[in-house]
Amino acid sequence: MSRVYDEVAVGDELPELAIPLTRTMIVATALASRDYQDVHHDPALARERGSKDVFMNILTTNGLVDRYVTSWAGPAARVKAIRIRLGAPNHPGDTMVLTGTVSAKHDDGRRVEIAVRGVNAIGPHVTGTAVVELPGGAA
Amino acid sequence: MSGAGEDYEELLRAWVGRELVARRPGQDPVNVPMIRHWVEAMEDPNPVYLDEDAAKATGRDGVVAPASMIQAWTMRGYAATVHPSAERSGFDELVALLAEGGYTSVVATDSELEFERELVPGDHVSVEEHVESISAEKQTGLGAGRFVSTVKTYRDASGEVVATQRWRTLRYRPAEKPAPDKPKALRPRPAINPDNAFWFEAAREHRLVVQRCADCKSLRHPPGPCCPQCGSFAWDTVESSGRGHVYTFTVNHHPRHPAFDYPLVVAVIELAEGTRLIANMAGVEPADVAVGMPVVLDWIDPDPDLSLPVFRPAAHEER
Repeated sequence: MSRVYDEVAVGDELPELAIPLTRTMIVATALASRDYQDVHHDPALARERGSKDVFMNILTTNGLVDRYVTSWAGPAARVKAIRIRLGAPNHPGDTMVLTGTVSAKHDDGRRVEIAVRGVNAIGPHVTGTAVVELPGGAA
Repeated sequence: MSGAGEDYEELLRAWVGRELVARRPGQDPVNVPMIRHWVEAMEDPNPVYLDEDAAKATGRDGVVAPASMIQAWTMRGYAATVHPSAERSGFDELVALLAEGGYTSVVATDSELEFERELVPGDHVSVEEHVESISAEKQTGLGAGRFVSTVKTYRDASGEVVATQRWRTLRYRPAEKPAPDKPKALRPRPAINPDNAFWFEAAREHRLVVQRCADCKSLRHPPGPCCPQCGSFAWDTVESSGRGHVYTFTVNHHPRHPAFDYPLVVAVIELAEGTRLIANMAGVEPADVAVGMPVVLDWIDPDPDLSLPVFRPAAHEER
């Protein structure tokens, strides 16, 4: 079940998604992205480098924004851009809540821009824009 | 070396447009096992990544890789992370030049991915990276620094661009440590109540007092309303000589409180008067503290409203 371009309006809100940030998830996603930097799996070394604990890597932030917007847009959507600004780190034990709003539509290529924000207990972890290409026609 | 000199600016400018990392293929082509690993870890329910029929139902030829996975296809992997090559790349040279300017710390601030097409199993992705811009020095919350923008270009085996990634990092000079005149963290407050306030008030005057039963004359510490020997509620105090010895002690390494310096010796001191109290040791290395060590009283005023006894090893003539 995919969303179609004509039925999406600027201002539409995506359902909120709360992602529990477990230690296992932070390590598993770092390894799934082939990122072996110690700050993403070794708490003692992460602290030595000035962090309070291990933290999520950037590839995973991109992956979760991807998941968030395509879960809303449906399997026929194609992701054209993920532009993010990084903020407060995602540490184990926290929760990141993703919200999104359709911020623009471009008829040329049926592109829909979604303003995305992911907030944890410290503050905004990620703010940015994802662009998806949606199918045309009726649902 | 200063980061502000004209020559230095010139050296940095020379990097703009230069290649940081030459085109390098990913270790493996796009493949289903790595996609599965990613999709499972991200808990991404989109069926087009693993289910051939579901992918075809959306008009695709078959499964595709998640767009956000692009960078993963060219990551160096475990071996290159733990045993980095000794060969210096342009990237290493630029990092060294920035470090010369004092910009020794780094934080990633932005990633902007643009996708030209979806990747399918069998695509073999390579990446190259160029410097796009290096900003003038900016004041940031982390310290003075420069924003370095680079562009990674991802290509397929035929050289066609499949995605680009603008990558911005702040290379900064870590802000100075808090100035020494900045107030230090306060020690945890003692729980002062009507039964023990006299002891802390005397401490404010740098007098170490011991509570004494007014009836049976026995001494007691910590302070309490009632004599444990005879049950009397009548009491007065005597002033301690400040001499004693280490009854026992421990060395605290962890957990740390910002008001204390570590390692921190926490000792039980037996006073010459016979009562014991818990206090820190001063003027001695933790390794040199010993049970039975003769000690004498000293005072510290760690906070404006708090004075506390500490003990230091007694010089021979003080014993």
